[in-house]
This record gives sequence, C-alpha cells and structure tokens, in this order.
Amino acid sequence: MFLEIGLGHYLGVAIALFTLGILGIFINRKNVIIILMSIELMLLAVNINFVAFSHFLHDLVGQVFAMFVLTVAAAEAAIGLAILVVYFRNRGTIAVEDINLMKG
Amino acid sequence: MIVQALAFWLFAVVAVASGAMVVTARNPVHSVLFLILAFFNAAGLFVLLGAEFLAMILVVVYVGAVAVLFLFVVMMLDINFVELRQGFQRYLPIGGLIGLVLLCELFLVLVAGWSPGAPVKTAGSAPTSDAVSNTVALGQLLYTRYVYAFQAAGVILLVAMIGAIVLTLRAREDVRRQKIAIQVARARRETIELVKVRSGEGV
Amino acid sequence: MSVAAVFLPLLAAIVAGFFGRWITDRGAQFVTCGAMCVSGVLGVILFFQVAVGGNEFIAPLFTFIDAGKLQVDWALKFDTLSAVMVMVVTVVSAMIHIYSVGYMAEDPSIPRFMAYLSLFTFFMLALVTSENFVQLFFGWEGVGLLSYLLIGFWYDRPTANAAAIKAFVVNRIGDFGFSLGIFSVYFIFGSLHFGDVFHAAPEKVGLTIDFLGWQVDGLTVTCILLFVGAMGKSAQIGLHTWLPDAMEGPTPVSALIHAATMVTAGVFMVARLSPLFEYAPTALAVVVVIGGTTALFAATVGIAQTDIKKVIAYSTCSQLGYMFFAAGVSAYSAAIFHLATHAFFKALLFLGAGSVIHAMSGEQDMRKMGGLWRFIKITYVLMWIGSLALAGIPPFAGYYSKDTILEAAFAAGSGVGLYAFVLGTAAAFLTAFYSWRLLFLTFHGAPRADHETMHHVHESPWVMILPLFVLAAGAIAAGFIGYDSFVGDGREQFWREAILVLPQHASIEAAHHVPAWVSYLPLLMALGGIAVAYLAYISSPGLPALVAARFRPVYLFLLNKWYFDELYNFIFVRGAMLVGFGLWKGGDGAIIDGLGPDGIASTTQHAAVGASRIQTGYVYHYAFAMLIGVVILVSWYLAYIVYKVQ
Repeated sequence: MFLEIGLGHYLGVAIALFTLGILGIFINRKNVIIILMSIELMLLAVNINFVAFSHFLHDLVGQVFAMFVLTVAAAEAAIGLAILVVYFRNRGTIAVEDINLMKG
Repeated sequence: MIVQALAFWLFAVVAVASGAMVVTARNPVHSVLFLILAFFNAAGLFVLLGAEFLAMILVVVYVGAVAVLFLFVVMMLDINFVELRQGFQRYLPIGGLIGLVLLCELFLVLVAGWSPGAPVKTAGSAPTSDAVSNTVALGQLLYTRYVYAFQAAGVILLVAMIGAIVLTLRAREDVRRQKIAIQVARARRETIELVKVRSGEGV
Repeated sequence: MSVAAVFLPLLAAIVAGFFGRWITDRGAQFVTCGAMCVSGVLGVILFFQVAVGGNEFIAPLFTFIDAGKLQVDWALKFDTLSAVMVMVVTVVSAMIHIYSVGYMAEDPSIPRFMAYLSLFTFFMLALVTSENFVQLFFGWEGVGLLSYLLIGFWYDRPTANAAAIKAFVVNRIGDFGFSLGIFSVYFIFGSLHFGDVFHAAPEKVGLTIDFLGWQVDGLTVTCILLFVGAMGKSAQIGLHTWLPDAMEGPTPVSALIHAATMVTAGVFMVARLSPLFEYAPTALAVVVVIGGTTALFAATVGIAQTDIKKVIAYSTCSQLGYMFFAAGVSAYSAAIFHLATHAFFKALLFLGAGSVIHAMSGEQDMRKMGGLWRFIKITYVLMWIGSLALAGIPPFAGYYSKDTILEAAFAAGSGVGLYAFVLGTAAAFLTAFYSWRLLFLTFHGAPRADHETMHHVHESPWVMILPLFVLAAGAIAAGFIGYDSFVGDGREQFWREAILVLPQHASIEAAHHVPAWVSYLPLLMALGGIAVAYLAYISSPGLPALVAARFRPVYLFLLNKWYFDELYNFIFVRGAMLVGFGLWKGGDGAIIDGLGPDGIASTTQHAAVGASRIQTGYVYHYAFAMLIGVVILVSWYLAYIVYKVQ
C-alpha cells in the first residue's frame, strides 16, 4: 500500500483536503478570508480528483475539466475578494461574527 | 518506483498538513502562505500524474495570481489577528464530529467501493497518447471539441473582471472630470440667447 | 281592501326604513302617516262592513307550510273580533303616528322611528287577522321584536338597552309557554287552523294527555300554557316586571305599544280562543285569579310611584287585569269592549303625559311639577277627560266597559268571580285615587319646578294636539255608542260566531240583572277615590308624607313594586348572568377561542419565532446546515446500499 501508488491514494489526498476545506468554513471564527481560502482548498481537492481519474482512466477530459474549474475558481476568487473589500469599506470589519444582517 | 512513491508521500503529506495550517493559523498572512504551499504541493502531485501543463498553470494562475490577490487583500484590510479563540472551541466539538463523519464516509466509499488496480478498460472519450506532449494534447482537445466552453470561460473571466471593477471602483468626489458625451451633445439653443438691451438698462 | 289595510303599514315601513335617507325625514313622516291614515280609514270601513254589516270573510294569501300532515296558510280572517281590533289598532296607530311627527321632531333618527311604528302596526294587524296559530305566533313575535326595538330606540342610553332586553326576555318566557301551548294544540287536534280546532273542541273535553309524566286534562293544560303567553305579553302579575321599565322608550311608543295595542294582544288571544277556553273551566279560573290579582297589585303600586309615566304604566297593567278577569268569567265581549275604550283613553293619557313632559323640557318626576294648569290648558282638559274615562265616571267610556266587567264578575257566581269582583272594586277606588293624584300633583298647587323650566312651559304644537282630540272623542263617546252592540242587547247580532260563550257561563246576560248596589258600587268607589285624592293633595298636602312615614314599611313595599324585581334578580338573574358569564369567558373565550383561532394563531406565532431562530444571519451557519444535509444524505444512501447488499 505504501509503495504501489494507485488511484485510491490520490483520492485519499483529495478527500482529506476537501474535508479540511469544509471544516475551515465553519470552524473558523476569525474572518471571512479564511472562508474564501477554504473554498479554494475544496476546489483544489476536486481538481486533484479530476486529474487523478484522468490519469488512471487514460482520458484527457478530466484535465480539460480541471482547467475550466481553475478558470472559474480564479474568477470567483476575484469577485469574492472584491465583495469583501467593498463590505469592509462599508462595515469596517470582516469578523465573521459581525456579519449577520440576514438574521431573522 | 520507490522514488515516485516517496515523492508522492512527500507531496501528499505536506499538502494535507499545510491545508490544516491554512485553517488553523492565527495570522491570516500565515494562512495565505500555507495556502500557497498547498498549491505548490498539489502542482507536484499533478506532475506525478503526468499533467504537467496543469501543474504549471496551477502555479502560474493559482499561486501567482489568486494567492497573491489574497495576500494583497489581507495586507490591505489590515486585519487584527489577535482574535478570539473561544469561538473556535465552542464549535470544534460539533464541527469536528461532522467533519469526522464525513471523512469516515468518504474513506468508506474509497475502500469498499472498488478494488484499486482494476481500471476500466473502456476507451475514454479523449484517450491519452504518448505520442504528443501533455500540452499539445490538451491544446488539440480544447480548441476543437471544447472551443465553445473555452470561449465561455473567457467570457466568465471578462465578467469577473468587470464585476470586480464595478464593485470596488471609487470615484473621487473632489476631482472634476469631463463628461464628453454631455459636452458633445450640447445644442445651440440651450447655450445662446439673444437679448435686446435698451441703452441704459441692464439685462 | 282588507289586504291593503293590513299590508300598507308594512310597505310604509319598508320605504321609510330602507329609503329614509333618500326621502328625508319629512318624506318618511308623510309616507308612514299617510299609509296609516289610509289604513285607518280602511279599518273603519271594514269595521262597518264586517262587524256592523255582518260580511265576515277569510282572505287567503298563500301557503306557508305544507309538510306531511301539517298545512299552514297565510290568510286574513275578518270577523267581528278582528274587525274591532283592526279598527282600534289602525285608528290609534294613525293618531300616534301624527303625534310622533311633533313629539319626535328634534330626534336625529326620525325615519327609523316612523318605520318601526308602521312595522309594529303591521305585525299587530297580522296578529289580529290571523286565521291559524302560526300566523298568530308570527304577529306575536313580531310585536315583541318591535317592542324591543322601540323601547331601546335611544340605544345610546344604557338604561334603555337594559329595559329593552328585559322586555324581550320576560316576553320570551311567556312565549315559551305560548309555544308549548301551540304544540299541545297540534298534539291534541292535529291541525293549527282556528276553524278546525274550534270545531273539534267540544269532542276533546275530558281528554287526558301525558305531560311530564302526569296524566292531565288536555284542554286545561293547553289553555293554561297559552295563557302563560298572554301573561308575558300583557304584563300580568309574575311576568309584569318589564312594563314599567318599558317607559324608557319614547312616549308615543308607550302609548301605542304599552297601552293600546301590544299589551292587549293577550286579551285578544283569549277572546279569539274563546271556543277553546270555554271548554277548559279550570284554565278560565286561573285566568280570573291572575287577572284579578294583577288588577289590585298594579293599582297598589301605582299609588306610590313618582314618575308620571310609571303611574300610567301601572294603570295599564291594572286595567289589563280587569280585561283578563272579564275574559275569565266568560265575559269576552266586555273584555274586548274595555280593550277598545281603554285603548282610546289610555293612549290619550300617555300622549297627554308626553305633552306635559314636552312642556316641562323633559322632566318626568311629578314631585318637580305642579301649577301647570294655567299654562297648558288644553293638555289639562284632555288629561281630565282621560282620567274621568279611566276612573269610570259616566258618561265617559270607561264607565260602561268597566262597570260591565265588574257586574259580570259578580254575576258569574263562582268563587273566583267573587274574588275578582272584590279585588276589582278595590282597584277601582285606587285607580281613581292615583289618577287624581297624578292630576293634582302635576297641574295644581304651587310650582315645584325651577324658574327656568317654568318659563319654558308651553302648549304643544297642533300636530300633537289634534290626534289627542280624536282620542278624546273616542274616550268620551265610545262608551255609550258601543255599549249596546258590544255588551248590550245587540251583542248577539254583533259578535255572532267570533266569540263563543257556553250557556252555563252566560255571565254578561246575568250581569244585566245584578242587584242595584253592584251597579253603583264601582262609581261610589271612584268618587271616593277622587275625594281622598283631593283631601291628600289639595286640602291637606302634608297628609301623604304623614301616612308614608307612619306606615313606612308598607309605603316602601309599594314604592319598590312589591320587590318583584329584587326577587327575580336574586333567583333568576344572578344565576343566569353567572352561567352566561362563565360560558362566555371560560367556554367561548378560553376553550373555543383558545383552541381555535387564538390558540392556532399563537401557536403559529411561537412556531414561527422558533423557526426563525435558524436564520441567524451567519453564512457559515447556513453552510454548516448544508453540510449536515449532505452528511445525512450520504449516510442514508450508504445505509441503504449496505442494507440492499445484505
């Protein structure tokens, strides 16, 4: 198991990263940037998944899809950060606990 | 073989560890740096999987652009990182439990799902070949079969760019700018008025 | 024409009631008074045609109920009895309509008042022209309803509302007995038409029915139950408590409903059902006892009252007692005769009192009146006429009718008849006494009102005086004009089949042959009453106070109406209010509302508040919720797969 690296190993890595990303969303109490970074982690995990499958199934479609995921992730990170900046300008804080205007 | 396995384990462990540090680091700058480390290691994993183009793209785009953007924002917002640990403790039990459950389920699927080492022998839709390099192969696929998706991705990026500008652009209040369109659209009848003035009287 | 006479008031009421706003107050007054006057004229014509001329008829209108064996029609029965009643009701009502134009001139709701008056007249006419028990009941209930509406006409006065409710509830108790009576009529006879019932009555004598487990005589029980209704409607002792309080209504209402027409419905009913009552002698005896007792009871209370309208109200109650015990000794025609004359002079007295109140700017307490005769001479004379008629001084109307009644009571020869005679004679003394007490206190002596009020004393306008003249004419003349036909030798031809008197009960016949002292006694009593009143209120004015102080408990007993209201309040009212209150607050409020609308609403609210706590506003909470959902789904499917594989 340790020498013969198979699909399962790569998927295990992806799983671990994915779970860490999810935990990062709601365990963190600090600020919103951590949430955004956790999202990036999750996307990374998904990418690893795609590429691993692409390799082991000898199909390039996985990599193509991973490219698109990359594109969208970049766009989304940009927008997310822009929103964050504007929010900070208006509210003066990005502490997660202070962002509860949708309460009720 | 052993080199590959060693490389894999190195990259994998470091990636997961740095992922954990992203979430738990106190200083947000440290979080971003750990994220960058995670990306690098993921790129290494990609190389091991034979997707070198994707690995380089990961480094260039993700690390070079997205992570740097994160760093910009973290620096700009000047976040006070002496944050409360209490919140962390409060939700750790339940959150950790849920996370653990998820982890176990995923591993269960992994382990019990299929036996590793029995790849499906059906022909993929875009089979890899060893004749061309990964980059060329990707290019051949992307610009022919997936050109529409490619263009759409470009549009997405355009929209994201415009969106970011629209959201964050602040016009300075104290600077007067020209509004060319209004200037050009001025008509004679709004600007000039002929008045017959008697001598001795004002206007 | 008969249909027009009955239904014109209804039409007028509808027009004035629903369209009062468009046709303005004047319009409403015109419509209703016009319709009533036409009805009155028709009533007189019908009287001459039917009663005097002898053309009885039944005018069918339409079928009302046709269910199995029960068939009930709307039909107008015109015989002497109904013709007499129709004439009295329409003429008196027309006079009161015209009077109301003047009396209620300042009122803000004139169309409503006139509409109510006309509607009441319609119901009363429907009652007296009924051809079956159901129609009788329809009119009965209708006049009760209108009584409620009119007593509580000024609905912003809490006392008026309370009086209206009291009248309706006490009436209801009587109506309950009445309904039971109608049920037992149907049970015994199988039909509700007067004709059928009267025909079959002789055969049902001695029939026993099962009533609450006892075997009782059917006809007796039926008649007693029907009489209970009359007790309620005509304010006989026991169910009389509503009549004095009904004075909360405007004076024309008191005159029309509580003097001339509605309260006489009970007497009419007994007379109309004479073919039935004649075969239930026990019931007749009950009627006599109740009537006689009421006559004396009301008179005793009347001598102590201080409100001018209440004196006249108790006087009405007492006179109704007379009519009932007359009916009880089978002198139905005398009862109806007294009903007709009483309608005239009592309405005259009430409207005259209204004139006095109008002159005194709303004051009704006699202790604050006095010395008015110089200022309102016409009213004064009219009140004298009314009082003379009431006391039974010849040649005024009351003499003929009242004396006949007392003679008949004596001549009936039964124990109850004698009882009624004694009580009635004593009541005659008291009647004269309180009538002249009223006259002296109100019109004579030094003025006890303040200067301001006395300054405003003025005679009523002609629109109010003219109807009083008509009524006065009736009070003067109706007696000797009608004597012969109603109770004299012409009565057989006059009444024909409208009233049945069995030969063994021929009290009126016997009344014409009583000893002379019996004929003169009531007159002597009346004159004595007048003399005592003069003594007490003119020559030695300090006397009443002395007597009252000397016999204080008796005085208080009379002043407080024999404590009937307090007794009823203690026994019935408090318990009923408790039950009602408990059911309202506890039953309706707590249980039905609590479990129903209020309960559901508050539960929904609480649930919503609880549910809204999930919306914390923190995005990561939402993400967490999504994650939990994902985990649950995955677990579910894993378990499902494991189970399937197993």
